[in-house]
Amino acid sequence: MGATVEDKKVLLKVDQLKQYFPIKGGFFGRTVNHVKAVDDISFHIYQGETLSIVGESGCGKSTTGRAILRLDQPTSGQIHFQGKDLLSLGKKEMRSTRKDLQVIFQDPFASLNPRQTIGQILGEALSIQNVVPKEQRRSRIEELLGHVGLRPESMERHPHEFSGGQRQRIGIARALAVDPKLIICDEAVSALDVSIQAQVLNLLKKLQRQFELTFLFISHDLGVVRHISDRVMVMYLGKIVEIADKKSIFEQPQHPYTRALLSAIPVPNPVQERERILLTGDVPSPIDPPIGCRFHTRCPFVMDICKTKAPELKLSTQNHQVACHIVS
Amino acid sequence: MKQFNETILEVKNLQTHFFTDEGTSKAVDGISFTLNKGETLGIVGESGSGKSITSLSLLRLIPSPPGKIAGGSILFKGEDLLAKTEKQMRSIRGNEISMIFQEPMTSLNPVYSAGEQIAEAIRLHQKLGKKEAWAKAVDMLRLVGIPSPEKRAKQEPHELSGGMRQRVMIAMALACHPEVLIADEPTTALDVTIQAQILELIKTLQKDFGTAVILITHDLGVVYETCDRVAVMYAGKMVEYTLAKEIFTNPKHPYTIGLLNSLPRLDLDQEELTTIPGTVPSPYDMPKGCSFAPRCAHAKPICEQAVPDLESVGPDTEVSCWMYTPQWDKEYEAEEKVGVQ
Repeated sequence: MGATVEDKKVLLKVDQLKQYFPIKGGFFGRTVNHVKAVDDISFHIYQGETLSIVGESGCGKSTTGRAILRLDQPTSGQIHFQGKDLLSLGKKEMRSTRKDLQVIFQDPFASLNPRQTIGQILGEALSIQNVVPKEQRRSRIEELLGHVGLRPESMERHPHEFSGGQRQRIGIARALAVDPKLIICDEAVSALDVSIQAQVLNLLKKLQRQFELTFLFISHDLGVVRHISDRVMVMYLGKIVEIADKKSIFEQPQHPYTRALLSAIPVPNPVQERERILLTGDVPSPIDPPIGCRFHTRCPFVMDICKTKAPELKLSTQNHQVACHIVS
Repeated sequence: MKQFNETILEVKNLQTHFFTDEGTSKAVDGISFTLNKGETLGIVGESGSGKSITSLSLLRLIPSPPGKIAGGSILFKGEDLLAKTEKQMRSIRGNEISMIFQEPMTSLNPVYSAGEQIAEAIRLHQKLGKKEAWAKAVDMLRLVGIPSPEKRAKQEPHELSGGMRQRVMIAMALACHPEVLIADEPTTALDVTIQAQILELIKTLQKDFGTAVILITHDLGVVYETCDRVAVMYAGKMVEYTLAKEIFTNPKHPYTIGLLNSLPRLDLDQEELTTIPGTVPSPYDMPKGCSFAPRCAHAKPICEQAVPDLESVGPDTEVSCWMYTPQWDKEYEAEEKVGVQ
């Protein structure tokens, strides 16, 4: 940071995070190779902002979210949350820290227990973290349901009685139950129809203002990301290729992958005719990622250096970091 | 502007109902449209709007029971598909009308190689030997842009990536040069950069073969970039039927307008998204009048009493909404009077 005069507090800092998943095989079920899902990434999230991670399937965006919550044990690296290193915490300490770190998953039906009523689901979240005394829990649940726009009677009902959008509201209420600081939204609106998606996005924005929440928003939908984010981080095959504030990433994307990604999205705007950069081929396997820049196999501007040397994530302009040999 | 004159498919008042313990669900409730040679028609709508059931009905693939095509007609080159025998249908499916589904992994047989599956489709409809059919399958794979098709043809679906599987599906669907291709959410399961490749491919192949395409999607951006005309569906009915470009510049039905407004846009900054309040009504408990009335900001008493017809409001535009009918003004006057009292 140093020279920047901005008075923003870093809430979460990720340093050189690596998450390799072993592939078992061979004669004795030995580890024969690794899937390098997240390979040496560093970034930070400021308090009160929304940072989005975008990228296509297999780029490591969800793995990054899971690593922060320690749902998977990262291979190496550090994750500092309010100064505490999450990866060195014991099980018990981690559990109490999870109060501050909550998550909303993509499929609200799969993440709600079908046999419990909404009251039980929310009550369980409250009792595990013990944030509210037992006798006040009922009123707290009513309050939570009110925050997400559901009626108090919903408490007695089961998840299957709700529509997709309502279930996602329940998921949000559960995340809010313990007064978290950071909420990781992993494709939280991707399964919803657009008219319902808009309702949930508005709700998330409202709650962020109301409770001063910080969001790590994981999505593949750039329209949604543009709507909700302050800053955007683009990942490709386990690496960060670009981080910048929303305006500069959408108006002046610098990495060829970001540019291709943005141009690939069909936009219903007759005024804005765009030049489409059509990428060829598929994303390579994360087991054996290409040497050098990982994007070089599909990059339309590939140079010799890209095939041998991996570019570093460097500051190109103010608050805009890019990992590309062409830009530097 | 492209000109399409020759009608290839004409759907009239199609009704597909499902009879279940909970009651009768009118999944498709009287929709009509025409498809011309070489044209792309987009059918858009949210979950439960009946867009997929429409496409399955066209090929008579509705599981029966519980489903049944309860009425209407589907004229393909002048002949009613609903009057055909199952055997006749089988020679049409995959041959003259073929279909691409959303999830290629569930539509492909996991134990046969990609080449074998395409060759099977070819041999079913054309008198070709095994070797010739295989050679044609490899050609089709090359055509849809699969690198080293000889090698890929021998691989099974699980060895292929998602984008490649969808290309295999397209190769299979187009192997017999169908006159109509129905693509049901062909790119929804794919990443955007792959989606762009697949849509480009469908467009190119359509130009080369003159195939008419029905594209079923929930993505309005995809409609804008690929379709000539578009039908918007809501709760089993068509609410707006117009030119694809028109729908973005001049949407008519309140539902279409609401849908466009709730879309987070890449090209606009919005502080808050405009939403459509409420949710889609249950198929077992449809409102008596316009099915969108309970969510509509403009709804008047007439909307809750009677279903509006799909009527022309311009040269290429049809809307089913009371707002665009003469009755609306009367309704409005009546309300004004009430207000005075």
